Amino acid sequence: MKPRPFTYIRPETVAEAIAALSEWKEAARVMAGGQTLIAMLNLRLVDCEAIVDISRVSELSAVTRTRTHIEVGAAVTQNALLSRPDLAQEVPLLAKALPWVGHFQTRNKGTVCGSIAHADPSSELPLTLALLGGEVVLRSTRGTRTLKAADFQRGLLSTARENDELVVAVRFPLGAKGEGTGFREVARRHGDFAIVSLAARARADAIDLAVGGVADRPAVRTIARADLSRLDDIVDALAADLGGFEDIHATARYRRDLVRRLARPVIDEALSCSA
Amino acid sequence: MSAPAIRSAQAELPSRSPPHMRDRPSSSPLGKPVPRKEDDALLRGRGRYADDVPAPAGTLHAHVVRSPIPHGVIRRIDTARALAHPGVRAVLTGEDVRALSDPFLVALKQPIPQWTLAVERVRFVGEPVALVVAEDRYIAEDAGELVEVEYEPLPAIVDPEDAVAAGAPLVHPDCGANEVSRREFTYGDPDGAFAAADQVVKLRVDYPRNSFMPMECFVVVAQHRPSDGSYDVLANFQGPFSAHPVMARALRVAGAKLRLRTPADSGGSFGIKLSVFPFVVLMGLAARVTGRPVKWVEDRYEHLLAASSGPNRVTHIEAAVKSDGRILALRMDQMEDYGAFLRAPMPGPLYRMHGATTGAYDVQNLHVVNRVVMTNKAPAGLIRGFGGPQLYLGLERLVQRIALALGMDVLDVIRKNLVPSGAFPYRAAAGALYDSGDYPRCVDIATGAGRLEELKRRRDAARAKGRHYGIGFAAVVEPSMSNMGYLSTMIPASARERAGPKNGAVSLATVNVDPLGTVSVTADLTVQGQGHETVISQIVCDQLGLKMDEVVVNLEMDTVKDQWSIAAGTYSCRFSPGTAVAVHHAAGAIRDKLARIAAKQLNVLPGDIEFVDGMIRSQTNPDNGLAFARVAGTAHWSPVMLPDGMAPGLRETATWAPPELEPPSGDDRINTSLAYGFVFDMCGVEIDPDTFEVRIDRYVSMHDAGRLLNPLIAEGQIRGAFVQGLATALYEEFRYDDKGGFLTGTLADYLIPTVTEVPEIEILHIESPSPFTALGAKGLAEGNCMSTPVCVANAVADALGIENVPLPITPMRLHAILSGPEKTPPRQAKAAPAGATAARREGARELTGSGAVTIGAPVPEVWRALLDPENLKATIPGCHALDVVGENHYRADVSLGVGPVKGRFRAEVRLTDLETERSGRLSGGITGPLGDASGAGMLRLEAIDGGTRISYDYEVAVGGRAAAIGGRLLDGASDLVIRQFFERFASRLGASSGAPSVSWWSRITSLFRKPR
Amino acid sequence: MFRVGSGERTLVQFELDGRPVSGHVEPRMLLSDFLRQVAGATGTHVGCEHGVCGCCTVLLDGAASRSCLTLAVQAHGRSVGTVEGLAPGDGALNTLQAAFRKHHALQCGFCTPGILMSFTDFLARNPAPTEDQVRDTLSGHICRCTGYAPIVAAVMEAARTLRGDATETAA
Repeated sequence: MKPRPFTYIRPETVAEAIAALSEWKEAARVMAGGQTLIAMLNLRLVDCEAIVDISRVSELSAVTRTRTHIEVGAAVTQNALLSRPDLAQEVPLLAKALPWVGHFQTRNKGTVCGSIAHADPSSELPLTLALLGGEVVLRSTRGTRTLKAADFQRGLLSTARENDELVVAVRFPLGAKGEGTGFREVARRHGDFAIVSLAARARADAIDLAVGGVADRPAVRTIARADLSRLDDIVDALAADLGGFEDIHATARYRRDLVRRLARPVIDEALSCSA
Repeated sequence: MSAPAIRSAQAELPSRSPPHMRDRPSSSPLGKPVPRKEDDALLRGRGRYADDVPAPAGTLHAHVVRSPIPHGVIRRIDTARALAHPGVRAVLTGEDVRALSDPFLVALKQPIPQWTLAVERVRFVGEPVALVVAEDRYIAEDAGELVEVEYEPLPAIVDPEDAVAAGAPLVHPDCGANEVSRREFTYGDPDGAFAAADQVVKLRVDYPRNSFMPMECFVVVAQHRPSDGSYDVLANFQGPFSAHPVMARALRVAGAKLRLRTPADSGGSFGIKLSVFPFVVLMGLAARVTGRPVKWVEDRYEHLLAASSGPNRVTHIEAAVKSDGRILALRMDQMEDYGAFLRAPMPGPLYRMHGATTGAYDVQNLHVVNRVVMTNKAPAGLIRGFGGPQLYLGLERLVQRIALALGMDVLDVIRKNLVPSGAFPYRAAAGALYDSGDYPRCVDIATGAGRLEELKRRRDAARAKGRHYGIGFAAVVEPSMSNMGYLSTMIPASARERAGPKNGAVSLATVNVDPLGTVSVTADLTVQGQGHETVISQIVCDQLGLKMDEVVVNLEMDTVKDQWSIAAGTYSCRFSPGTAVAVHHAAGAIRDKLARIAAKQLNVLPGDIEFVDGMIRSQTNPDNGLAFARVAGTAHWSPVMLPDGMAPGLRETATWAPPELEPPSGDDRINTSLAYGFVFDMCGVEIDPDTFEVRIDRYVSMHDAGRLLNPLIAEGQIRGAFVQGLATALYEEFRYDDKGGFLTGTLADYLIPTVTEVPEIEILHIESPSPFTALGAKGLAEGNCMSTPVCVANAVADALGIENVPLPITPMRLHAILSGPEKTPPRQAKAAPAGATAARREGARELTGSGAVTIGAPVPEVWRALLDPENLKATIPGCHALDVVGENHYRADVSLGVGPVKGRFRAEVRLTDLETERSGRLSGGITGPLGDASGAGMLRLEAIDGGTRISYDYEVAVGGRAAAIGGRLLDGASDLVIRQFFERFASRLGASSGAPSVSWWSRITSLFRKPR
Repeated sequence: MFRVGSGERTLVQFELDGRPVSGHVEPRMLLSDFLRQVAGATGTHVGCEHGVCGCCTVLLDGAASRSCLTLAVQAHGRSVGTVEGLAPGDGALNTLQAAFRKHHALQCGFCTPGILMSFTDFLARNPAPTEDQVRDTLSGHICRCTGYAPIVAAVMEAARTLRGDATETAA
């Protein structure tokens, strides 16, 4: 379990990083925390010629707050964000979901953007970003573009990132006054990949429900408050619609039934902490 | 000193027979919770584990190339590219191994030759096929990818019941069958008892494959000395050293020419590190071939794939019962699956418990059928519990079923049948001689003091709220120190007579006192982390009146220089009733000698001498004494002062060979172990109605292991075994698909519980000293591996009212049992054909799916494109080259993957069953370092408003590395790769049709979107 | 921009338990291998090389990290703390180590160095943890011997001792 040889590139600036990506394109993999990538390199699952290590790009290590969102730079670790004192007020759902990401030890190195860029269908952070309607900022030598979460994550481990682009930041919308959120995850062990994860946001007139781990990317549905009386039917249809994958820990049917049984408690949690 | 949580319950109920052991002097550390001597070094990172031992200069590093397929003929191995890789010094294959070594000895007289690398055939995923030896491990792994092995796959057999069915593929054709051993045993009159029964209660149980996987993997450093043809190998081998002759014979050397050494520390074993022995031989051969020392450190992927596991077992068990709950007789058919080879001393687990097959119950009529089955899975080996967990899963589940069948309380059935108090020593039906105990009292204590009442209260309260809560029990006799003759029960008495009797268990220890009076000890053990250094020091201090740090214990084994016999090693709880006794006797011999020397100098009788606080003195006149070091010095410096006839020097080796370990009798009765402890467990579990997760609410574990030598360490062993038992019950399993593919190649797939999955437990104990051992102590480190899986299973059965409790009890499996029909099934069912339940589908290798694309081109054009190799080349994702092999038959070189996970594959594709412009069948396979896949699907074309709609369905089977590591994403990944093909096909044609009404991208993304 | 070609070696230097170490290695070399094979610091163990077991956990600039999921070249210029730097001297263990010994929180000791490093970081940030927080952090490690309960007890006691709260700490 040792990596194959690769060229190691450690830029100091974003300009250097995107220059390296534009040179190596699909032969390069971006490494921020490396908590998924190095494991895959050790298992020789990834064939890449170059690693672009952005962990020391200081421009990428900031969390900035605007009127509408917090922007998390690509080198910000999950624990750094989690230890932000106001996180539970700023983006309450993030404060609930982040402790479920890996373990204390991997959150020390693993980055928020890295998790979103990896686009694992079971990951908590892509689910959170999708539910909140966040954005991903991509930069290349060709310019900068910003994509909605739903447009960024295209499928299983697949995103709209072009080979020469770097995810430089993600933006989580600030929680609005009166909103409530809920989060629930089922995994075999604490810290494992979720079999199913669910997040909900209760807004004034509607509930947003996001489901991870079932389809090839997070699925978000908005349910009008007026339709809450039909919630079981709505969730039943959603589960059937998502289908679900099979693996050794969960059948597709088990995944669907978890969605059916857990959507209500997650929505109730969101409702209970909404004003 | 910390107060251990293990609590003596001796006072909770008065004993019916008072302990008959003398109390130890209060200054003796023996029996006290002394913190471990081992800890200081380990806590500083100064342990000396196998991989820490400095390797000799010039050491090369090895990497094992392993079979990706479960069964096949090796057609060709091309090592040229690997050998040409810079830094590679040698590549060994099965042919080299066959030329230089012999197959391993097998306990069973059957043609099951196993070399250390596969010869001619591979028989399980992960079987070593070649060994690359290079300057470092990174290079060795690089070159491993360049070893080209061509296999001709054969059908694999995975399930033991399928394996014994007529017409099953044979794992070893020369055996003529996959069932390679079958023996029937009858004790008492089971047929008569069944005829006289009020009821017969039957049950089938399946014990899964798992491993109590140590955190340190296998390590071997081998050297070869051409001058005398000897091998010197350091390995974290755990014993038994009955495997040493097996290794020496394979290497074609005399025993003394295989110097096997074990390191000072070991990162756990739990039975697993027996199975390092084939690699001792392999690295020895590599050292011989290269003329350099060769080191191999197994990695976790290899370990999961093929290091070792416990055997899985299918048990059919039935009891003849009276309506009052009395069990008159038991019948069991035990079919044990050892995987592809029988490694010595397999099939141990099927016979280790044999004498104690009736467990804690007084049942004298017994019929047993034992069957050994071979399958295309990794070979099984030693594992903590060793046959006990398998036995008790059937027996203790059956007791719960008997209670239900008779409408009785489970505890009443248990109590009715327990070996009665005062019956010890007790001879069990199949020959075990239970040395001591008081089983009913243990049950009374564990269920007393309000413990059972509280469980019932919690159960009733939970059930009143409609929740699933159940209570489980398990009563277990825990054997320790195996009779080395037990395996010979496997052969008929007549054959045993011809071969000569096998029996006994030799324990050896040496106590040495140097001229400065320092005591050092060696023993026939291997270190695994239990704390033997500490307990040995306690025993020696108890005898010699010294302080713990005045005793030096060295447990690095050296087969050329140390005392050992075939029973040596650390396994089957042989320390407390075995080596500990030998240490006690060796220290006692030193004590006697010193007492005689001191008596002469002090002018008292030897019987008046006592050893206290570093002094050897007269009991009656404590002022009359000498320092321990001074008396010891006399034996070295002044032989003239020794009593008449006494040899100078101070070194005593004690041999402990208990007479109770007799060979199997003519009627197949065998006392399989020397000591027998008792465990009674009780637990309450609750099952989450939404997620089907099992939560342990309360757990009580009651032990009687005779005298505790160190309660702190005893508690540690119980806690550790409990979590491993819990893992068997709820988490750990080596999973194979129905074609033999291995599915649990990472620690994210093979689930070892972490702290958040482990509940609190209450541990109680009483002490019924063993009359057969000098210290009165029995083993206790395996009991919970035996009791906990079935205790939890019984509680789950009680909670849910189910008979078949699948182990491990996973939420997915409980869901499959309990969930009814789905209200709204998914539109495109990914799952199996209608009617198949999820539980039945579990293990099926085929991933299925379907989809459709719409192309802006007329049907004839689409059809032509499908049959056009140039178009296919452009369409197959990542296609580097495409050769036409025949009509509609292609070979291609492709890069495939999902996201960052990518690999290069050789692909073979065929289009058959063509119905022009209507349908066809696309089939083929790919192979590459990431794994292999094969599949087939039907394509159907139909015209729709000016364009063509292609609908497809497929079935894909993925094996090798991708299946072992990437299982979680396989279903989605195969879906994606297949979809990519059709999307590319559509986009090429659609674009060339020149009439796209919508943009290329939005058309593609519309395919992704699920219908609302 | 720092760049090392595939197969080339580069000088890696960092501070290991307060002392400088260096070696010329390929960029693909894992920090765990560098520590053990280049620096000879075998106190850090390798258990799975895919980030699950936690045996190889070290402090990277004070933060508990998997050394098997870190390239040696990434440690260049930084500080690495391992189990070998914990004890104050030959005769004494530090508070956390001593609590492990007292509570029999280790058996084979293979996973122990990683666990000690995790809680060195954790207790520095959370001097007064709840038992659930300790369990949450410990869940990033696999121990096969102890059944975990003694480890939780040891960490809780070490936290109390380090806070100067002697209640219940007397042996």
